[in-house]
Amino acid sequence: MAFRAGVITFPGSNCDRDMAVALEKISGAPALRIWHGDAALPDRLDFIALPGGFSYGDYLRSGAMAAKSPIMRAVVEAAGRGVPVLGVCNGFQVLTEAGLLPGALMRNAGQRFICRTVGLEAVNTSSLFTQGFARGEALRIPVAHHDGNYFADAATLDALEAEDRIAFRYTESVNGSARDIAGVLSANGRVLGMMPHPERAIEPAADPALGGADGRKLFENVVTALASA
Amino acid sequence: MKTRILVRLKPGVLDPQGRAVHHALEGLGFDGVADVRIGRLIELDLADGTDEATITAMCEKLLANTVIENFTIEQAGE
Repeated sequence: MAFRAGVITFPGSNCDRDMAVALEKISGAPALRIWHGDAALPDRLDFIALPGGFSYGDYLRSGAMAAKSPIMRAVVEAAGRGVPVLGVCNGFQVLTEAGLLPGALMRNAGQRFICRTVGLEAVNTSSLFTQGFARGEALRIPVAHHDGNYFADAATLDALEAEDRIAFRYTESVNGSARDIAGVLSANGRVLGMMPHPERAIEPAADPALGGADGRKLFENVVTALASA
Repeated sequence: MKTRILVRLKPGVLDPQGRAVHHALEGLGFDGVADVRIGRLIELDLADGTDEATITAMCEKLLANTVIENFTIEQAGE
């Protein structure tokens, strides 16, 4: 059966179309577009993506308002049933605010908005998002954020490491994140939040400044894992 | 009923904004500033008789992120 992915749009999301295009190109199936005010998700979704952007203008805290929107109750419920959820950038902030992932994303340590391609390494290689990566595999994926400084208390960070729930780490100084964490997984490995934008790196470009294709494998992993499930 | 919620970063959580403001104060020649922490003041105009437990729930569910922030509730005078 065709891969059935849904992309949520909040007021102020701006990477929702890129996310839908990435999912469509890699899965070959149309991605459903879902509005934040909907109270229910479409039936039989295989995958939910929360895109980047500035939902609700980052009012109160980045992701805080979106995390309480009607559709997020349905997303939390779906995640509880094991439906995989990917949150990128603002989507990661929403996932932490909604309590689906531990920790919080604070203002970048250097205070500045950071928009550039950064080096990452794959850490976890067993989740449905990361199973095609080799441990320590180097990736280059763009970031574009002001609040990407991952924070959690030491006990939480120790637990994330012990449980192999760090998906990606930065291999260069970016935003001050605790233990260079760029992406974290839920306890069951089916919710991933990450600040870098894999949906902006799905096609090799003639000019490297236009991005690469290192994000592609993440979506291929998901499509492959769900097709064989 | 006017109520003020003071949301502050927990002790030990690094405050890059506070650090930048601290640096700017020093740049303006203000000596003797040991530390700067930036928080948020939220004023609520609530129905009379709203109980503390309800206000606490508002803080925990939305107004503060208890992973990084503490909050205090102050009943303001009329």
